[in-house]
Amino acid sequence: MIADLPAWAAIITAILVFTGAATTLIGSLGLFRLASFYERLHAPTLGTTLGTGCIALASIIFFSASQSRIALHEILIAVFVTVTTPVTLMVLVRAALFRDRLERNDGASGRDAT
Amino acid sequence: MSIVILTWSLTLAKIFLSLAMGIAVLRILRGPRAQDRVSGMDTLYVNAMLLLLTFGIASGSTLYFEAALIVALLGFVGTVALAKFLLRGEVIE
Repeated sequence: MIADLPAWAAIITAILVFTGAATTLIGSLGLFRLASFYERLHAPTLGTTLGTGCIALASIIFFSASQSRIALHEILIAVFVTVTTPVTLMVLVRAALFRDRLERNDGASGRDAT
Repeated sequence: MSIVILTWSLTLAKIFLSLAMGIAVLRILRGPRAQDRVSGMDTLYVNAMLLLLTFGIASGSTLYFEAALIVALLGFVGTVALAKFLLRGEVIE
């Protein structure tokens, strides 16, 4: 399947897949390294926006070039992840704020205890 | 030549995404509070979905796409349900 791919499609797919995976890894590193919960929430969105976009585009280009017809169903994943990530994070931050206020713990400005 | 570049790029991408999944698991295990663990699980789902898409490109099979779609769907539902549980103490009011 890979062998009968035109050279330009292979190069573009390689660049897009590598960029997407590297961006996702940087986002996950941020999830591990940053100090407080509200800072940590920002980092994985690198993976959900640029990572998903790049890898879905690479998949579209690869299957369109190798099957000689346009394959667009990866757009479904990209649109779905783009729509659902803000909803998820808003509900999660509301829950975190609720829990912090309940315990009179000013987590939004300070660092974690650990 | 370009096929060699594509193969190496796919291998590196699989290693990177597996590392990202491992880091998300570390955050789930370490996370000082419950909301940290929930955000780590959300990241784990997204990374697993991207890894499935990369496997689909590497094997040339469209079967992985459907698995990736289902993982994205269930990840969203699971994270929202856990966040609702943290907010109110019950999922369906």
